[in-house]
Amino acid sequence: METNQKKDSQWKVWEVFVQSKTGASFTHCGSVHAPDKEMATQYARDLYTRRSEGRSIWVLPAEDIVATQPTEAASLFDPADDKIYRHPQFYKFPKGIHM
Amino acid sequence: MDKNQHALFNYCLRLGDNSLILGQRITEWCSHAPILEEDIALANLALDLIGQAREFLTYAGEIEKKGRAEDDLAFLRDANEFRNALLVEQPNGDFAHTIVRQYLFSVFNYHLLTELGKGKDSTLAAIAVKSLKECTYHVRHSGEWILRMGDGTEESKRRLFNAFEDLWMYTAELFDTDESDDLLVKKGIAVDMKTIHPLWLETIKAHLDKISFPLPSNHYLVQGIKKGKHSEHLGHILAEMQFLPRAYPGTKW
Repeated sequence: METNQKKDSQWKVWEVFVQSKTGASFTHCGSVHAPDKEMATQYARDLYTRRSEGRSIWVLPAEDIVATQPTEAASLFDPADDKIYRHPQFYKFPKGIHM
Repeated sequence: MDKNQHALFNYCLRLGDNSLILGQRITEWCSHAPILEEDIALANLALDLIGQAREFLTYAGEIEKKGRAEDDLAFLRDANEFRNALLVEQPNGDFAHTIVRQYLFSVFNYHLLTELGKGKDSTLAAIAVKSLKECTYHVRHSGEWILRMGDGTEESKRRLFNAFEDLWMYTAELFDTDESDDLLVKKGIAVDMKTIHPLWLETIKAHLDKISFPLPSNHYLVQGIKKGKHSEHLGHILAEMQFLPRAYPGTKW
């Protein structure tokens, strides 16, 4: 898609995911500009683990992320709204079972 | 102070001043780096160095037993009392100069701290072990930039080449020693520079081989100015760094 936006004068964008401790999920925490994957991990380390937030880092090129469009949200997600039977709270526990 | 304490005091100043002055130099990049991410990376690096300086200078003050704290040693000494190497006081120049200066020093510090961590003075060894982790990252960050500049454009290669040419003359002085060092080496406290000099050279040569970059050669090497002589740059660094505590003694903020 052609746009009138100025091309970003910086390096390409990498999304950063940080694992706070071994075994925990990696959580998205932001992005960095970097020329390649090694520098992306270094900049991610320098920007997002300054206060002992991390044990491990993932970086991946933002352009490789495939995303749904906001305009698709109604058709993709609204149909789930009235299907309350998909929530465990919909079901009553049989007598004798205590939670 | 007896002879041994005096030697140890000087040794701590040397270690602390190297980190302090390079940390102050790197701080000059703050908000001026080529890109925001590198600005933060350099600021982190400066903070590591200043943190190391604090520990070495605090220990120096304890050995001296004259009640001087880290701040007194950092802010109230004159240029001729500073014991840092000439390399770390050299101006930032362009980004290539900053990175090459960092790399040459960090590889030196890496081998120094590795040995110091095994030394017989438990305080120095503990500071060294902690600092080595930071230093390992400094070698990595500056080393990766050197590969990229060496593998980059004609301009980046030229800038990298010029930086090595300009800074190489200050590298031999990093390994200079005097009698008080020899005393500490014999006691197993200080690092024997003769053992780490070849390691330093090998590390740098192996790294530059990756980009087919030659080591600077046939250079005049500045030597023998350990006794408090400095280039004209140190006075300017101190004027900026020490202005506030000297203009307003004892002030708190």
